[in-house]
Amino acid sequence: MKNFPDGLVAVMKRDCRTCSMIQPVITMLAGYQTPFTVFSQDDPDFPAGVANVIDDTELAYSYQLNIEVVPTLMRIENGREINRIIGWDRKEWRQFTGIADLGQGLPEQRPGCGARNMAPEIAEELALRYPTTELNARRIELASQEDDLEACFERGWTDGLPVVPPTEKRVRRMLQGSQRATDEIVGIVPPNRVPCTVAKVAINAVMAGCKPEYLPVALAAVEAACMDVFCMHGLLATTYFSGPVVIVNGPITKAIGMNAGLNVLGQGNRANATIGRTLQLVIRNIGGGRPGGVDRATFGNPGKYTFCFAEDEEGSPWEPLSVERGFKEGASTVTLFAGDGVQAIMDQRSRTPESLSRTYANSLKTVAHSKIFMVADAVLVVSPEHARVFRQAGWTKQRLRQEIDGVLKTHGSELIRGAQDIAEGMPETFAEVELTKFRPGGLHIVHAGGRAGMFSAIIGGWVASGPIGSQSVTKEITL
Amino acid sequence: MTEKPFLLDPTAEQSPPSRVRAPRLSSLKDRTIALLDISKARGDVFLDRIAEKLNQQGLAVKRYQKPTFARIAPIELKQEISTDCHAVVEALAD
Repeated sequence: MKNFPDGLVAVMKRDCRTCSMIQPVITMLAGYQTPFTVFSQDDPDFPAGVANVIDDTELAYSYQLNIEVVPTLMRIENGREINRIIGWDRKEWRQFTGIADLGQGLPEQRPGCGARNMAPEIAEELALRYPTTELNARRIELASQEDDLEACFERGWTDGLPVVPPTEKRVRRMLQGSQRATDEIVGIVPPNRVPCTVAKVAINAVMAGCKPEYLPVALAAVEAACMDVFCMHGLLATTYFSGPVVIVNGPITKAIGMNAGLNVLGQGNRANATIGRTLQLVIRNIGGGRPGGVDRATFGNPGKYTFCFAEDEEGSPWEPLSVERGFKEGASTVTLFAGDGVQAIMDQRSRTPESLSRTYANSLKTVAHSKIFMVADAVLVVSPEHARVFRQAGWTKQRLRQEIDGVLKTHGSELIRGAQDIAEGMPETFAEVELTKFRPGGLHIVHAGGRAGMFSAIIGGWVASGPIGSQSVTKEITL
Repeated sequence: MTEKPFLLDPTAEQSPPSRVRAPRLSSLKDRTIALLDISKARGDVFLDRIAEKLNQQGLAVKRYQKPTFARIAPIELKQEISTDCHAVVEALAD
């Protein structure tokens, strides 16, 4: 830290018309008894003819004094600021200095200019040069000829696609997106059960391509994934297709520009793509979960690069997923679901909710296997055009779920192993009971997608859904 | 002097910061060994002797040669070796 001189201190720059205008004032102050110092932000020879000008072109003093506007006039005692005024206001300057005829002949008032240390690029450089927090992450030195992007591949940090090299500058910029302490533990990341700090998530968020304002969402997603009931370890280790699917609710989705509309489950939106990818990179890099290691998936699915989307709450006939899961309206949340790929539902003919719900039921029956019930959860993503049918008929989400359950109710004798000449199926013990496809709470319904298209989508769940494996978790996003 | 470029470690920092070597073979049994001559003088002499020794152990050996030691191996040559062989012995210097 720099020491600040006692007495009056003015911070100025030549490139400011108000600063130039008040040069006679500065000359007058320099001739007074009170010790007087000028910090010059852009030219050590400015203001001319003043003895005590300190060269602050490096902006160290300005940064530490948090100067926002030039000119700033301050009073410092014992190295500490007592008070300050900004811009030029003759009355104010006279009061502040106690000099009754200060600025005679000058205009009464002129606003100042933005201080150089506040220019965006420079402010960032300065924050990096004078960090207030420690960044607890090992520095990996690169060879002078090493390509930084290739270096990330060679060290095994990527999911197969290029990552943004995590330089300190980028990571510090990322950390500005969250108010949480950089060393706060977000969770214990499986499979290696490693405590993961905010800083480490930020490093992986940089690599994934996040903007700083996405960081709170990524942090909440990591927190959710680390919750015991979500069973991320098992989800990673399974030979089944699934991986974490991130569904985001609340005002933050709009604030950071997430996609809840056209091509919602596809490519093209930076926030959707990079938040989901951050979670995967955290599991890979912090948790140590890699394909061929703990990840034993037979196929996996493309969503294991990233699978994250926002619910279209505005256009929905129903309450948002977050509210259904007990959070208050207006809260921003992430919900994690252990899911696999997207299964299409096409229905361009149904105009009644009864017909459309039967379409849904028939399609949902095939999640995992048409004869396996109560094992895999599912997310049903209802498109705006389909949602219109339910809105017009006044069907609630609960009603839709009941109707689907009703259609799917099947006698165990049709589902047991060997029935329908298919060896796979439910154990013999279910032969005499009626079953429904989804366990209670196992069918999630959200609203999203483009405005044109009479389709909906199923995201099938892991075949170890529920208390034996993974249960969906929702976490509130904190800034 | 400018500071060496560095990146911040995104991992749990449980392995050394230097790059790890490719995993070594635990045994040469039933493996095919590539012998790569980089086209420097007497590299062939050295590799002939290695081939003789490996053959004595009943191991399969394939011979390859870089067009010139002055340049890195052409990509086709690298792909051929990595497709057909499990390990490489390279004769580096004369």
